[in-house]
Amino acid sequence: MTWYVSRRFLQLIPVFLGATLLVYFLVFSLPGDATAAICGERGCTPAVVTALREQYNLDEPFWIQYLLYLKGVLTFDLGTNFSGRPIAVIIAEVFPTTAKLAVMALIFEAIFGIVFGLIAGLRKGKLFDSTVLVLSLVVIAVPIFVLGFLMQFLIGVKLGWTNPTVSGDATVSELILPAVVLGLVSFAYVLRLTRTSILENVKADYVRTATAKGLSRKRVVVVHILRNSMIPVVTFLGADLGTLMGGAIVTEGIFNVNGVGLTLYRAVLNGDGPTVVSIVTFLILIFCLANLLVDLLYAWLDPRIRYA
Amino acid sequence: MPELDNNLKTAGRVKTSAYPIEHFVADIDETPVRATDSATAEGAPSSLWREAWRSLRRQPLFLISAVLILAILVVALFPGLFTNEPPNSNCLLANSDGGPAPGHPLGFTQQGCDILSRVVHGTQSSLTVGLFATLGVLVIGGLIGALAGFFGGWVDAILARVGDIFFALPLILGAIVVVQLPFFQQNRNVWTLVVILVSFGWPQIARITRAAVIEVRNADFVMAARSLGVSPMSALIKHVIPNALAPVIVIATISLGTFIVAESTLSFLGIGLPPDVMSWGNDIFSAKSSLRSNPSAIFWPGLALSLTVLSFIMLGDALRDALDPKARKR
Amino acid sequence: MRFTRNSRILSVAAVAVFALSACGGGGGSTDEAATGGNTDAVIVVDGSEPQNPLIPTSTNEVGGGAVLDLIFAGLVSYDADGKVQNEVAESIETEDAQNYTITLKEGMTFTNGDPVTASSFVDAWNYGAAAKNAQLSSYFFESIEGYAEASAEGSTVTEMSGLKVVDDKTFTVALSQPESDWPQRLGYSAFYPLPADALKDPKAFGENPVGNGPYKFAAEGAWKHNEQIELVPNEDYEGPQEPKNGGITFKIYQNDTTAYQDLISDNLDVLKTIPTSDIKNFKNDLGERSIESPYAGNQTIAVPYYLKNWDGEAGKLRRQALSMAINRDEITEVIFNGGREPAKEFTAPVLPGFEEDLPGSENLEYNPEKAKELWAEAEKLEPYDASEPLTIGYNADKGDHKTWVEALVNSVKNTLGIEITGKPYATFKEARTEATEQTLTGAIRSGWQADYPSLYNFLGPIYATGAGSNDSVYTNEEFDKALKEGLAAESVEEGNKAMNEAQETLLEDLPAIPLWYQVAQGGWSNNVDNVEFGWNGVPLYHAITGK
Repeated sequence: MTWYVSRRFLQLIPVFLGATLLVYFLVFSLPGDATAAICGERGCTPAVVTALREQYNLDEPFWIQYLLYLKGVLTFDLGTNFSGRPIAVIIAEVFPTTAKLAVMALIFEAIFGIVFGLIAGLRKGKLFDSTVLVLSLVVIAVPIFVLGFLMQFLIGVKLGWTNPTVSGDATVSELILPAVVLGLVSFAYVLRLTRTSILENVKADYVRTATAKGLSRKRVVVVHILRNSMIPVVTFLGADLGTLMGGAIVTEGIFNVNGVGLTLYRAVLNGDGPTVVSIVTFLILIFCLANLLVDLLYAWLDPRIRYA
Repeated sequence: MPELDNNLKTAGRVKTSAYPIEHFVADIDETPVRATDSATAEGAPSSLWREAWRSLRRQPLFLISAVLILAILVVALFPGLFTNEPPNSNCLLANSDGGPAPGHPLGFTQQGCDILSRVVHGTQSSLTVGLFATLGVLVIGGLIGALAGFFGGWVDAILARVGDIFFALPLILGAIVVVQLPFFQQNRNVWTLVVILVSFGWPQIARITRAAVIEVRNADFVMAARSLGVSPMSALIKHVIPNALAPVIVIATISLGTFIVAESTLSFLGIGLPPDVMSWGNDIFSAKSSLRSNPSAIFWPGLALSLTVLSFIMLGDALRDALDPKARKR
Repeated sequence: MRFTRNSRILSVAAVAVFALSACGGGGGSTDEAATGGNTDAVIVVDGSEPQNPLIPTSTNEVGGGAVLDLIFAGLVSYDADGKVQNEVAESIETEDAQNYTITLKEGMTFTNGDPVTASSFVDAWNYGAAAKNAQLSSYFFESIEGYAEASAEGSTVTEMSGLKVVDDKTFTVALSQPESDWPQRLGYSAFYPLPADALKDPKAFGENPVGNGPYKFAAEGAWKHNEQIELVPNEDYEGPQEPKNGGITFKIYQNDTTAYQDLISDNLDVLKTIPTSDIKNFKNDLGERSIESPYAGNQTIAVPYYLKNWDGEAGKLRRQALSMAINRDEITEVIFNGGREPAKEFTAPVLPGFEEDLPGSENLEYNPEKAKELWAEAEKLEPYDASEPLTIGYNADKGDHKTWVEALVNSVKNTLGIEITGKPYATFKEARTEATEQTLTGAIRSGWQADYPSLYNFLGPIYATGAGSNDSVYTNEEFDKALKEGLAAESVEEGNKAMNEAQETLLEDLPAIPLWYQVAQGGWSNNVDNVEFGWNGVPLYHAITGK
């Protein structure tokens, strides 16, 4: 087990190298000249363009740019973005907020998705099952930029239960609405996954055995059915953490959250390589750790699974 | 709750009371002994898929979804049957945000286009994006996930880590880059979109498949097959994958919907379908700018999208039921 | 920081409900009688994140520009109508429109106590122009003698020969050619003065700038990136923009739609741009608290001459046909709900010298019959190469252009029956790069917003041969000559006459097709009063009061 975990940690090194290389390459291949973004609608004089290109190593070939970046990372210097701000400071600014938002969204989708999915699975074909099916259809079919806007308008503006936007402090109560919006689509996934898994397991032999043993209904459902149904759900949730953290562009935009998604989006639009790579690398590390945790959970959820 | 209990009890009782040994010995009165014998002797062994098909055909859920999907396909292939308006034309600002009028039962968009015509003509590209992106991630993600989960060890390490890298990559970054590759720049159409969605969507299916395969590979029946000398590959294909399909189907059917919606989000970012391609995603995005003044412009494409997703979810459910031997025993 | 914000909210609430004076924020007393509002209230307005350190010469976008305009005061400033008024300058004198003598007012200081002297301007301008400093707005100094040497690639020259300090309060400027509208430009942010400290460490200065304007940073670190920028009145400021409130806080938004939700729930006091999605609702939502006020900006589509179908005599006819196929009245009415003015020429109506019916302006009127005729005529000269259908490029990352581009495309399609589509670019820089490198494959939308109130600002930088923003790659000797004459004219009025003559050439050639003039559509909350918009579409922040 210790061996397995340390091996997984060792794997982070090639993942880090591969990811930074790939991302840097993608940013490098982005169309358009990065200085065009800096210069804006009016453009700059050629002399200014030359100076800017020099300042951000834009004239160097891809490999040199990448190695310069790697060198910076190894000496704990992530460099500055195109506005001249240290990237490390930017990351320290936006990551806590987004982490809070993503975890809240994850909790929301996990609790509601699993509970609703469990009930729907146990009452297959009944009214509750059909109702949540329609609910998840709405969530899937209406894009988040519409759904988020509607919820903001109804709950934030019309009902006034909360501020329509999130302040710089990004308190937990302010983040509830954005977290729900962010978690909605995944909620549909968790719900359907749980429901299906429950259906798979409801008729399993061990459930029959447990019932025959005279275990209470509650215990059979929670300990036997639910626990054994959790593997796909936990897998999904683990992988979703990364998506929620990096992919909250639309939600963060709607609620004006100063977070990772928007920062990343702006950096991509500006062709700001070092910023994009630094943030994505952070995301990949989080992602790998979440996945490791999930893999370890498998063994706990299903004792038949062993890691050597 | 009592209802639930009943269900379970009935399910249990079937096996214990009336026909205690129905699965082992055929009823002599109903089945001639010879027929039973000959079936095992010469006919091909009844495969899981054939069994599934047999049970599928009898499911009302399947029939409904099949009819719906067929209908959607007809709309996609022959849009001219459902609207008189030719695609992409007759948009007059004079009709902007107009309500239903004779010949235009669903009203008009902000640009003054007939909503019915747009929804009908949009079916083809939206369905193509949804269907083929789903198929693509199913094939690539499913294959990689199954191999990673079944073989474990270094195969898993490499495949799963590559998946991690791709999964954490921001879709927009990849999409903006891919769209600009010279080949795609010249051929910007639904297939470009499919490629983008597949290249960044497969790791999700891969992880789910991997998890399901890990769960199944230790099951008794796989052990049994392996000890009977079945090769690892054929054990994977014949025994593991069919039993690991349920969560994969769920993810795939939902993804079908999210892919169609993703097309809308990509249009929002300027990297979706070109504006002259009619699609539900383009329509939903356009309707956003008149959300409060003309909600019907978003309602109809949204409804079409919901119906499509619904029919595929139902199909998925039916398929899952059919593939599950435990569910079939009833 | 949290305390400051909370006390603001408290104070605004308290004032609004109980008409008490504020408990936090800046000093001063409630002066209801004089202004009809509470002058202590801190006003929260929408802003966007400045893209560069807040140094006047390195700021080239509206987010940073709005902040700079409040914390700095230039030689001149513009009043609500765009009229030039002296600010720091006592006088700006010239006899030949080429050599200027500038005298400063006595007793002006920066907020760190330094006096504002002639070298505050000269050093700042030299810094801005010198190539080695790579300042984004360096081209604003191009008229000054010696600019070419200082700004040349790799140049080590740090001073422009045309700038001379005479004494503490006087300096002279020599231009390389006579330009009568030059003093009008001096209110633009690139021409602001800098305290001596600024140039020692520009980057640090840009985080916590020190200026001489009506406002100043509330404290070190008042710029919380991507969150807000807090400004308080500068008590030492004397001039036409005296603050009537207790401070301005720019709350940074990623998009207008979000800001609008905050506005209608009174979390934001002033919003300067109503999002396209709410153009139909805002008058309903806000009632009296909304405004529509034309400003010096326009929207055009540039059609490059290097496109096959759009060059030569046939190209000229096609341009006219295209222009006449666009139903500007209907699009501005339906898509913008009347929030744009159909264009009659190439500048903007609020500018001095604007004329509505120049000869040739009928080319900008919707005329489907004439459009078809012209198109047919062009076909006879040279058949249209349909393998290169016209596209209208726009960037999808900023501003909502898709809606109007689609409407425009439909209008042309319905009139001329040609194949034409919108072409979204994912990023602004991508579109700009293609425009600069002259590799566009179609027309491209281009908007212009005035830097300073002058007709020339809308013509020279865009249509002069070889100009920086000449996306169409237009070149016409007649036009260039008229432009030069206008610049050299003895008075601004005479200059404008020549500019309008130059425009007649443009209206005939149509290097770009003017669409409409911008109208600022804005709104304010229940907490504030006295909101007015200036000539450039920016609210007059200093005049806003609490309720």
